[in-house]
Amino acid sequence: MKYQQIDQYAAKISDEKRTAVYGGSKAGYDSRKKALFTHYTAPDDLRRLAGNIKQHTIENLDTYLPQVEAKLQANGAKVHWAEDSHEACQHVLEIMRARNATKIVKAKTMVSEEIGLAHYLEKEGIECLETDLGEFIVQIAHDQPSHIVKPIIHKNRREIAKLFEENGLGDYNDDPETITRRARQYLRHKYLEADVGLTGANFVSAESGRLVVVTNEGNSRFSLAATKVHIALVGIEKIVPKDRDLAILLNLLARSGTGQQLTVYTEFISGPRSATQPDGPEEMHVIFVDNGRTEVLASDCREILRCIRCGACLNVCPVYRQASGHAYRSVYPGPVGAVLSPLLAGKKFPELADLPKASSLCGACNEVCPVNIPIPDLLLRLRDRGKREHSEAAAAAAPPLGGFALGATLPIAWKSALALGGLINFVPRALLPRAVKSWIDARGLPPWRGGQFRKWMKQRKMK
Amino acid sequence: MNLSREKILGRVRAALAPLKTRAAHPTFADNAATMRSLSTIDATALFKERLQLVNGRAFDDAASLVAWLKSEGHTHGYCDPTLWPSLESAFENSFKVETSFDRTRIDDYQFGITRSVGAIAETGSIVINDGSTSSRLGALAPWVHIAVVSKKQIYPDLVSAVMSLGEDPNVIWCTGPSKTADVEGILIQGVHGPGVQIALLDI
Repeated sequence: MKYQQIDQYAAKISDEKRTAVYGGSKAGYDSRKKALFTHYTAPDDLRRLAGNIKQHTIENLDTYLPQVEAKLQANGAKVHWAEDSHEACQHVLEIMRARNATKIVKAKTMVSEEIGLAHYLEKEGIECLETDLGEFIVQIAHDQPSHIVKPIIHKNRREIAKLFEENGLGDYNDDPETITRRARQYLRHKYLEADVGLTGANFVSAESGRLVVVTNEGNSRFSLAATKVHIALVGIEKIVPKDRDLAILLNLLARSGTGQQLTVYTEFISGPRSATQPDGPEEMHVIFVDNGRTEVLASDCREILRCIRCGACLNVCPVYRQASGHAYRSVYPGPVGAVLSPLLAGKKFPELADLPKASSLCGACNEVCPVNIPIPDLLLRLRDRGKREHSEAAAAAAPPLGGFALGATLPIAWKSALALGGLINFVPRALLPRAVKSWIDARGLPPWRGGQFRKWMKQRKMK
Repeated sequence: MNLSREKILGRVRAALAPLKTRAAHPTFADNAATMRSLSTIDATALFKERLQLVNGRAFDDAASLVAWLKSEGHTHGYCDPTLWPSLESAFENSFKVETSFDRTRIDDYQFGITRSVGAIAETGSIVINDGSTSSRLGALAPWVHIAVVSKKQIYPDLVSAVMSLGEDPNVIWCTGPSKTADVEGILIQGVHGPGVQIALLDI
């Protein structure tokens, strides 16, 4: 029997990494709880409200997408549409080529990870630099982010200090403040040299065409103060109907993600800079990216499109905490990733169909979700789909059910199994099947008492 | 290019067509997500209290601000040219204050003084917008950012600030100094933006 890939990965990670991921995610969970439950009497009502706002939005994207496009254009932004990752990357490149631009600074955007933008642009000879501290460290380490909000949750300060030393960012020094100051000094000059600033968007208001971008570090602000062109990569599900809805969603996003009341910088961007402003973009481009989202919208898992990428479900998930983000082999890790990644994979769904099985269905992810996504239900629907599509990845580590099927259909087989089952009390451990052995590695087995229920049932007098 | 637009919108319509009903846009009270207990109802006092909680600082007058800058050794800065005439008298000659921001030497400026268009009491945020900020870089690159906040423009809560965003193309709510916890979850202030965020409260 083969273990699931995620289990294989989890078994191999170092204690150091496991401790880092466990500690980081637990801290995130604790601060979220404190913020939500001290600030609100009924935070769960708020989560349901936010979920309803987003559910309404995704079920009316046919109205809101053209509406937001018209608003953005009226505000002076250019709107582009990308069916897949290649087209999205091409749009960025074409916008840059049209301005003879060669350098781009990137704020954190999950869509850019999804479409592999940095690699694409580098191959085209464009200097593409991550500016979020965590993402910058991931970039110089040639690593992958392992958390939606805390990309380097899996790294400790010593690894980072070594990376900085190797990349000419000063002598070895693992003090987090020194690391941060060095990145500040290095990156601020990079912003000023860059031609284009790239951001994502946490929300886009259909009513006003405002993009909302939140950061704590101020890197997206710096990108939009130093460069002449702003490009925003936006998944088509990021819309909210009204500005007023933002009051609900912004309050929940920061509290759920980092336990803050509000992130340090909340930017509302609706167009290029004002006429009187000396700094910042003269041009603004918004690229709406599908990349599999319309397929998700057509599926029975469309609720996942409510996701606002706060990372709360990662922090609370017992599987994520033990396995780390890289175990999910995709851009979106944790419970949200276990749903979203196989769905966005399109034809490659079977390759990631094991991810929905990486859950005990404990339901904690649903309980913390600021938009109340029923993640456990969606995981079950995807397990079903994996089975129907005969995914090999999903079948790995499924216990052999042939024997059970035989017993469940033939009463005589069931009775014999119960009678013979008692033998397990006498079988030496070494001879037990691996599935049973791995189970009793961690726990004891009670003595076999098979058949007691049937006996009791027979003797029970009908009244 | 418009082909992609049509294809995407076509797929959206096709995906939604089988839905018998569509979820309604929920109604909710303005204060649905406003914090339950705010210790004081005076907006200025509450703003100061909340600003402190996010590690920001408030000064009631230019003289005390200047004294603090001096004690910290921050003597070279940038000031919005339209604010300078009213602030100049508070600064001694030992200060060097420029009224245009030179992007070729951003590290020279230790502080930047610009206008805000308001503040949010509930969150301790300073609201700046593009039309009344003299230089985006001047408000961002120096270690200390000083926003001049009018006491008459303090919104009680986040929702009223959202409803007052107006027509400006780039409104920013600054809630304390720039920060990160990317390295081992340890809080460090002053990543790309200011390490110190100050509100100078004006009449």
